[in-house]
Amino acid sequence: MENSFITEKLRKQFSEDILDVDGSSDILTITVASPVSYEVIAYLKENPGLGFSFLTDLCGIHYPDRGLSFGIIYHLHNFYENKRIRIKTFVNADKPAVRTVSDLFSAANWMERETYDFYGIIFEGHPNLKRILNVEYLDYFPMRKEYPLEDPTREDKDNRFFGR
Amino acid sequence: MNTDKQYTTLNLGPTHPATHGIFQNVLKMDGEIILDAEQTIGYIHRAFEKIAERRPFYQVTTLTDRLNYCSAPINNIGWHLTVEKLLGIRTNKRIDYMRLIVMELARITDHLVCNSVIGVDSGALTGFVYVFQERERVYEIYEEISGARLTTNLGRIGGFERDFNPAVYKKIKEFLDCLPKVLHEFEKLLMRNRIFMDRTIKVGPISAERAINYGFTGPNLRAAGVDYDVRVMTPYCSYDDFEFTIPVGIQGDTYDRFCVRQEEIWQSLKLIRNAMDNLPEGNFHVDAPHVYLPDKQDVYNKMEALIYHFKIVMGEIDAPVGEVFHSVEGANGELGYYLVSDGGRAAYRLHFRRPCFVYYQAYPEMIRGGVLSDAILTMSSMNVIAGELDA
Repeated sequence: MENSFITEKLRKQFSEDILDVDGSSDILTITVASPVSYEVIAYLKENPGLGFSFLTDLCGIHYPDRGLSFGIIYHLHNFYENKRIRIKTFVNADKPAVRTVSDLFSAANWMERETYDFYGIIFEGHPNLKRILNVEYLDYFPMRKEYPLEDPTREDKDNRFFGR
Repeated sequence: MNTDKQYTTLNLGPTHPATHGIFQNVLKMDGEIILDAEQTIGYIHRAFEKIAERRPFYQVTTLTDRLNYCSAPINNIGWHLTVEKLLGIRTNKRIDYMRLIVMELARITDHLVCNSVIGVDSGALTGFVYVFQERERVYEIYEEISGARLTTNLGRIGGFERDFNPAVYKKIKEFLDCLPKVLHEFEKLLMRNRIFMDRTIKVGPISAERAINYGFTGPNLRAAGVDYDVRVMTPYCSYDDFEFTIPVGIQGDTYDRFCVRQEEIWQSLKLIRNAMDNLPEGNFHVDAPHVYLPDKQDVYNKMEALIYHFKIVMGEIDAPVGEVFHSVEGANGELGYYLVSDGGRAAYRLHFRRPCFVYYQAYPEMIRGGVLSDAILTMSSMNVIAGELDA
């Protein structure tokens, strides 16, 4: 399956909502507008010509300097054609929410809970969106970039010499 | 007569001798029958993904050890391959074959542990003791290669820290000679054993369709009848140089998972034997001084080597900007690394696609309607490793 075939089909279906197509990295990467992310993934899964019926991975990412600072990254796989695709969608920090894909893929249930647990991204319509790896009473989302790994009160280590 | 049924809530775990790790399951029971289950996970969460955002790449290898600790070398090498993909480093055939040998050894130990534990949970302790002797041989091979046994930190980005020494060849040969006999005996104990078959056939089944929907990979998916194997679909480490069979099951039950693993051990043996016979000449590491540590002798005598040594150890080498997803066939499924680099010394974001985190969520569906003792067997046959589950 050619990259151009997939992008053409998606552009035809979603036109303006396909924000970016990047074929330069290892997997075809498509950035879509967050309101249609569910529709794009459902289309990729259910359209007979595409058939991306396996959700390999779902995770979050945080770019505090950007306007749309939270990203959700889906890796889908078509077993028959052995084709992978990466779908990205970005949401803003005020209301980091996107529609759940757990009704399409049962696998997404825990992956979305994990993403919520670490980034605080809300997956609307998720059947059981609560923390999964961290304790339930944790009052922040630890993978966000504003929480540095080292204890900020420490003065004996100079961060310039120890990376981020 | 009171028609209201009374259900029992049963806490299975978090620490229970039959669960091989810290797993909690809150079961809703009707007598001996399980009506529903809810898992609690995260008891040994160690925030690896957060830690990795601060560490130079070579220091992440020790974190990957602690994911699936039954087959740590696969995790190590999978991580090295990911970084090499980001850096654009190509390895030679010798490195590939050496890695393949180590990864298949790791797969064998992982399957041996899993399958013998299925035996233990169904009441057959003997097989477990038999195969652990063979597992010990593999651990001695690891020891010769890397100096460590369980959390191996094996290999380096760009190859190995040293070539296979004569003891490695000797020990691998011994292992290849001894394992088949033990494996035959082990199979004789369980494979056609009436009690074992009664306990495992049609226990904890899952259909191929549900398995794919749940993101199953590895032996669990193959037991359900889907011949998906990363080693064949997207070959890495020159797996495409070798011929091997992917065993598949039919009904995705505990017995099928057992048989698929058992056959995979035979296939791994064949792969190791082939790779050992055809091990090419060449260097055991790539020529990439900016990522691969120089010889200690050179560090003392050569300016450049000293500079590189210092820069690598202090993590002062900047990675190129980019993102890669690389996956390897781990012993229990597709182990993926999603690495985003912003050009700094450490990953901007690293996500582990841990196979058992993904497929363990199907557990309630698989045990619903069965009895408690079957639930224990189902869990051990799924090969859920706490370290990987909680990352």
